[in-house]
Amino acid sequence: MTPLLQVKNIKKLYGARIGCTDVTFDLYPGEVMGIVGESGSGKSTLLNSLAGHLAPDCGEVIFDTRANGPVDTVTMSEPERRMLARTDWAFVHQHARDGLRMSVSAGGNIGERLMAVGDRHYGSIRERAADWLGRVEISENRIDDRPSAFSGGMQQRLQIARNLVTGPRLVFMDEPTGGLDVSVQARLLDLLRGLVREMGLSAIIVTHDLAVVRLLADRLMVMKDGRVVETGLTDQVLDDPQHSYTQLLVSSVLQV
Amino acid sequence: MSDYSFAYLDEQTKRMIRRAILKGLAVPGYQVPFASREMPMPYGWGTGGVQVSAATLTPDDTLKVIDQGADDTTNAVSIRKFFEKTAGVDTTEKTAEASVIQTRHRIPEAELTEDQILVYQVPIPEPLRFLEPRESETRKMHALEEYGLMHVKLYEDISQHGAIATAYAYPVKVEGRYVMDPSPIPKFDNPKMEMAAIQLFGAGREQRIYALPPYTQVVSLDFEDYPFEASKADHPCDLCGAEDSYLDEVILDDAGSRMFVCSDTDYCRSRREAGHSGRLGEEAV
Ligand SMILES: [Zn+2]
Repeated sequence: MTPLLQVKNIKKLYGARIGCTDVTFDLYPGEVMGIVGESGSGKSTLLNSLAGHLAPDCGEVIFDTRANGPVDTVTMSEPERRMLARTDWAFVHQHARDGLRMSVSAGGNIGERLMAVGDRHYGSIRERAADWLGRVEISENRIDDRPSAFSGGMQQRLQIARNLVTGPRLVFMDEPTGGLDVSVQARLLDLLRGLVREMGLSAIIVTHDLAVVRLLADRLMVMKDGRVVETGLTDQVLDDPQHSYTQLLVSSVLQV
Repeated sequence: MSDYSFAYLDEQTKRMIRRAILKGLAVPGYQVPFASREMPMPYGWGTGGVQVSAATLTPDDTLKVIDQGADDTTNAVSIRKFFEKTAGVDTTEKTAEASVIQTRHRIPEAELTEDQILVYQVPIPEPLRFLEPRESETRKMHALEEYGLMHVKLYEDISQHGAIATAYAYPVKVEGRYVMDPSPIPKFDNPKMEMAAIQLFGAGREQRIYALPPYTQVVSLDFEDYPFEASKADHPCDLCGAEDSYLDEVILDDAGSRMFVCSDTDYCRSRREAGHSGRLGEEAV
């Protein structure tokens, strides 16, 4: 089977300082990869380099495109990369306001990607927006409300609906539960797990929260000082960590 | 007269503006940046249109200036006087006799010809501005034809009002490529933009010029199930009886009686002179 994403030797420097380096892995269709580490470990730099928000200094990010098979997204043209970003890729930001249009209604937020790829039927756009509100457990009668009137948890669920409505094949998530109350986090995690399974989503999730990867990720990469120090199946890594840093991370010592 | 360059602007500035106009005509609907000059009138008074007119006029031209369709508003009168003084060109109120027409907020009712140039005053040239304030981003969206956001605006309209409520500055797509703001003309005028005359758009404060060559395809954005409608008040003109012209509603007295009249004053007058009459035609003339 062709990997959906092949990451080869990605390196991103900030001047002389290493953002991340020597990162190599494959992601197969339907697989969820978790990336954990403390803040400053390079996990967000890596995610943004993979998603095309940052230009890596070297390495390849090869995505199995629908039209042309595996293509290096680092060297593809910006129009192609932006097209990918609004069709087959999705990006869920930690802060919902970075991923939503706060002055546009919930329905308009969900409908934007549909309209971006040429949907020109108001009724069907609205129907799909309403359907997706239901799938992220937001009442359909909130469809014309702006996200500024929503709670933090609702905003994050709306951001997820806005991203998933076009059926992307790869979802990048940056601390999707960060900044939310614990009870709200649990509900969001359950929802995400349901959607990942139901849609067979492939995803790369960056988090400092081991509970998130325990629940969502098939595989795990542990990062420290810009490098991957341990990788493996999630349960294996968490239950039997090999690297001393992972052992620290898994023990309560580093857990906030 | 000799204190000024012809039409106020110096020759170098006019050449710079003409280059922007030619580029605009070569890439219809594309916003061309230009170095807007200080004009002896405040922004909001059509400094962009005035600069485009100044670079377009020749001594043989006949100029007409309208504001909301009328030749006699303060804005239209002052711009007309400005060019009478600085360019010495003939002016007219008759659409058919003008070779250059500067306009704010309307397209004349009479069909324009290949011998005419219509110059629009534009306050905000960027149709994506309302949803995406970052100029760097809107420029990229135009370059990459990422126009989904325009339909988000129309979607919001329908979800809030039950119909596309945008009545002015209704966005259009030019030759299947650039999305363009037609300036705040009523959407009733949108279909007229596919015309024989050259159309030039000048935004002074925003320093942008764009253009439509004759017979350019101009399509108003819409949804399949909410198609574009060039609507107007459902009345004939109370003065000239026209049923095909854009109407202004005029309050007549404190009791609230009102009438509908052509916003294009030249069109209305020439119809009355030709013997047409509306409901209040006799008494009001
Ligand atoms: Zn009339």
